[in-house]
Amino acid sequence: MDSADVAIIGAGPAGLAAAETLAAAGASVVLLDEQQMPGGQIYRGIEAVQALRRQTLSLLGSDYAAGATLAKALRNAPVDYQPGSMVWDVSRDLVIHYSREGRSQGLHARHLLIASGALERPVPIPGWTLPGVMTVGALQILLKSDGLVPRVPLVLAGSGPLLLLLAVQLLKAGAPPAAIVETVPRRAYRSAARHVPRALQGWRSLMKGRRWIRTLTHAGVPWYRGCTNLRVEGADRATGLAFHHAGRTETIAADVIGLHQGVVPNVQLTRLLDCEHVWDASQRCFRPRLDDWLATTVDGVSVAGDGGGIFGAVAAEWQGRLAGLNIAHRLDRLPSAERDRQAAPMRAALARERTVRPLLDTLYQPPPDVLRPADEVVVCRCEEVSAGRIREAVRLGCSGPNQAKSFLRCGMGPCQGRICGLPVAEIIAETRGVDLDDVGYYRIRPPLKPLPLMELAGLAADNDPAQ
Amino acid sequence: MSATTRSARSTLATADVLVIGGGIHGCSVALHCALKGLSVIVVERHTVGRHASGVNAGGVRRLGRAVAEIPLSMAAMEIWHRITDLVDDDCGFRAAPQVKVAETEADLDTLAARAETVRAHGYDHEVPLDRQQLRSLLPAVAPHCIGGLASLGDGFADPYRTTAAFRRAAERHGARIVERCSALGIDRSAGRFRLNTDHGAFDGALLVNCAGAWGGEVAAWLDEPVPIEPIAPMMLVTDRLPRFCDAVVGAAGRPLSFKQMDNGTVVVGGGRRGVVDDQGTGTRLRLPELAKTAATAADIFPIMAGATIVRCWAGIEGRMPDDLPVIGPSGTTPDAVHAFGFSAHGFQLGPIVGAILAEQIVGDRGNLPLDAFDIRRFGSCKTDTA
Ligand SMILES: Cc1cc2nc3c(=O)[nH]c(=O)nc-3n(C[C@H](O)[C@@H](O)[C@H](O)COP(=O)(O)OP(=O)(O)OC[C@H]3O[C@@H](n4cnc5c(N)ncnc54)[C@H](O)[C@@H]3O)c2cc1C
Ligand SMILES: Cc1cc2nc3c(=O)[nH]c(=O)nc-3n(C[C@H](O)[C@H](O)[C@H](O)COP(=O)(O)OP(=O)(O)OC[C@H]3O[C@@H](n4cnc5c(N)ncnc54)[C@H](O)[C@@H]3O)c2cc1C
Repeated sequence: MDSADVAIIGAGPAGLAAAETLAAAGASVVLLDEQQMPGGQIYRGIEAVQALRRQTLSLLGSDYAAGATLAKALRNAPVDYQPGSMVWDVSRDLVIHYSREGRSQGLHARHLLIASGALERPVPIPGWTLPGVMTVGALQILLKSDGLVPRVPLVLAGSGPLLLLLAVQLLKAGAPPAAIVETVPRRAYRSAARHVPRALQGWRSLMKGRRWIRTLTHAGVPWYRGCTNLRVEGADRATGLAFHHAGRTETIAADVIGLHQGVVPNVQLTRLLDCEHVWDASQRCFRPRLDDWLATTVDGVSVAGDGGGIFGAVAAEWQGRLAGLNIAHRLDRLPSAERDRQAAPMRAALARERTVRPLLDTLYQPPPDVLRPADEVVVCRCEEVSAGRIREAVRLGCSGPNQAKSFLRCGMGPCQGRICGLPVAEIIAETRGVDLDDVGYYRIRPPLKPLPLMELAGLAADNDPAQ
Repeated sequence: MSATTRSARSTLATADVLVIGGGIHGCSVALHCALKGLSVIVVERHTVGRHASGVNAGGVRRLGRAVAEIPLSMAAMEIWHRITDLVDDDCGFRAAPQVKVAETEADLDTLAARAETVRAHGYDHEVPLDRQQLRSLLPAVAPHCIGGLASLGDGFADPYRTTAAFRRAAERHGARIVERCSALGIDRSAGRFRLNTDHGAFDGALLVNCAGAWGGEVAAWLDEPVPIEPIAPMMLVTDRLPRFCDAVVGAAGRPLSFKQMDNGTVVVGGGRRGVVDDQGTGTRLRLPELAKTAATAADIFPIMAGATIVRCWAGIEGRMPDDLPVIGPSGTTPDAVHAFGFSAHGFQLGPIVGAILAEQIVGDRGNLPLDAFDIRRFGSCKTDTA
């Protein structure tokens, strides 16, 4: 089995920054990422876009272009970067199994940095499983990877910065959405207002938001605010979006509906490792418990970036460097005084990045009917389990997501509960009348994503030459 | 609201029967005792069905049982075929042949000898299969498979659903099940048991040890330690495949348990083991070992080469040195009985063992032979530690 000082999972801003830091300290680093190119979510495809599709580069904006620096640093650093590697198991003794080019292999690392980023929060509204409904993230991936924009009537619905960012990007690409249907309630603006003074320290983010809003309003994109009761219309595919707005029910015809309610940490790897997690009430998600150096409760495992809590791409990069410094120190490649000296300005920068979060978290708190959908809404898509059946199982004694698995098979499908984990936990907590911390989350089992049986079988041959 | 405050306030909770462990056996004994009009309290450290009983392969098989287990297994099978009558839920039970496949001539010899042994003891449920008969039961089997052994009246069930159904049936008949409650020790005085737990103490006339892989701890409290080994058999399940197999399949020459569920997913196990973690309540997989299970499945059913694995897991089970469970009265303590250490094949026995223990508790000896399961067979163990 191969081995390395450090294995990093995820080549987004956090993983790239950590790889650079650790390589500079002389550690042997293997960087694994499912994608074919560095960049993660925010800088997805940056190298190809920069080299081949200058037009896409300009419409994606300067934040996106900033990723080129990190990608270039990776290419210049002595890092064993293995693109196209899907990590499907990690054990507490830090053996990592991943699938690459149709073959699975193991890697032993002395330290593991999880930089696997965020996932979009699922938006289980009536009709969300119909063809034609996508997440805003998925639409953006089409744009980044393939330069594709849907040339059909499209509605963007929900809340969060990414919703507005994509609207701006589509507008620049000449395919503005037919409408933006925003679910931020009016009172959220009032409660968010008290966070504005602090957020001003991170004024750059605020300016960016204002610019987006101005661009969209100028272009005359119809923008419905304070909407509730969203419902996708259509029998066997989406034909439009219905919602309540200003006391009336509106319907907008559309072939594609992009839903979004923010992003949440992707905790599949930290759950698989049984790291301790805490419920974050302001971001309404679980995140791994991390110390000052971003180490988890499992020895040798750290988390940098949005996988440890949503703070955005710039923070992810700083966190990657910070975690990298500490791992270098633990590998005896950096004295603690030097580590601390280098870390100080990074901590300051991180603190600045965080100032805008209370504002964003308050403003973009998902509405209750998305967090805990109505009985008839399907929550687990893989096994088609509705919210009502989960509530009924709770009344029959199902006390947590793992029992729900056994009762209803929900979370047992190919997505491994990635999509339904949070709503299932929220529904159970609500029905039982207890805290999310008491309810917990799915026990995650390998493989993290579906794995061809023959790839697993291949591990036997590799380890047993007699076979 | 918490059990601690409740038991601190009120007097000691009391029942005729105290059961340690909420697996299939604890729930079954609770149900059968409740059916006899006894009051029952079950304490379960985690949640009902959290361990072996909820995560096993669901094989309901008589095929290949140790000879000593055959009478129990036959009696259990009768209950399985009308399980709804007992627990008011079909437990996902499907009648299906259990087939053991021979891949080599040596395998065929092994199976023929086995069939002979079973016949010699007066049973006829295990029947040898030739090449053709094997294919009529398993049309998708690989060409190199040359025969087999089958028990046609067996089947499989949904393990968690089954355990939950026994639990609910027990509760309907008045049993009380206390989850997230760990038994920590036993005091015996004036002919009664005081079961100490992390949520207060319980008082009872009779004590049943259904603590599964942890049954040895309870036996040690009764001063009769046993050589039990916690093991972690591994399983995997695939994505849905078109229907190709209606039987539950094993192999004569290597570990395998294989079945296609109603929804098309295929569940594969067979006893290759992962590792029980240091706390004794969690497991780790050994992927190179599980890889062999995957390879075996694909060897015997070529269609599996195109399957995709959705999930792998392991469960914790107590294994005895002779691979037979401990069932029956304590050797040291009156009014205490055991049913643990089922050595990776106790699911099928769940419905009957509870019935046997309930009989014993009310003083019936019953007519099923239980000597092979007596805890006193490990008598030397006690002198070892003394
Ligand atoms: C769909 C989506 C689109 C986003 N778009 C933007 C945007 O345009 N602008 C913005 O500011 N923020 C965006 N974000 C927010 C995002 O979280 C950023 O803040 C930033 O990308 C976080 O950086 P990171 O390094 O923590 O993780 P990411 O950039 O998310 O990188 C994580 C990487 O880990 C890899 N990975 C995860 N699991 C595995 C595994 N098991 N095996 C192998 N590789 C794995 C992923 O392929 C990914 O490349 C987006 C988030 C999502 C979910
Ligand atoms: C992967 C796997 C596959 C299997 N496949 C099959 C099969 O196909 N067919 C078959 O017949 N059998 C099979 N078995 C075996 C079968 O699952 C077990 O024999 C059976 O479930 C044992 O039931 P139990 O009630 O004794 O144990 P368990 O289900 O382990 O229940 C014991 C319970 O006691 C609790 N407990 C322990 N100590 C304490 C304490 N101090 N206080 C409170 N509670 C306590 C535990 O938390 C546990 O829930 C398999 C087992 C495994 C692991």
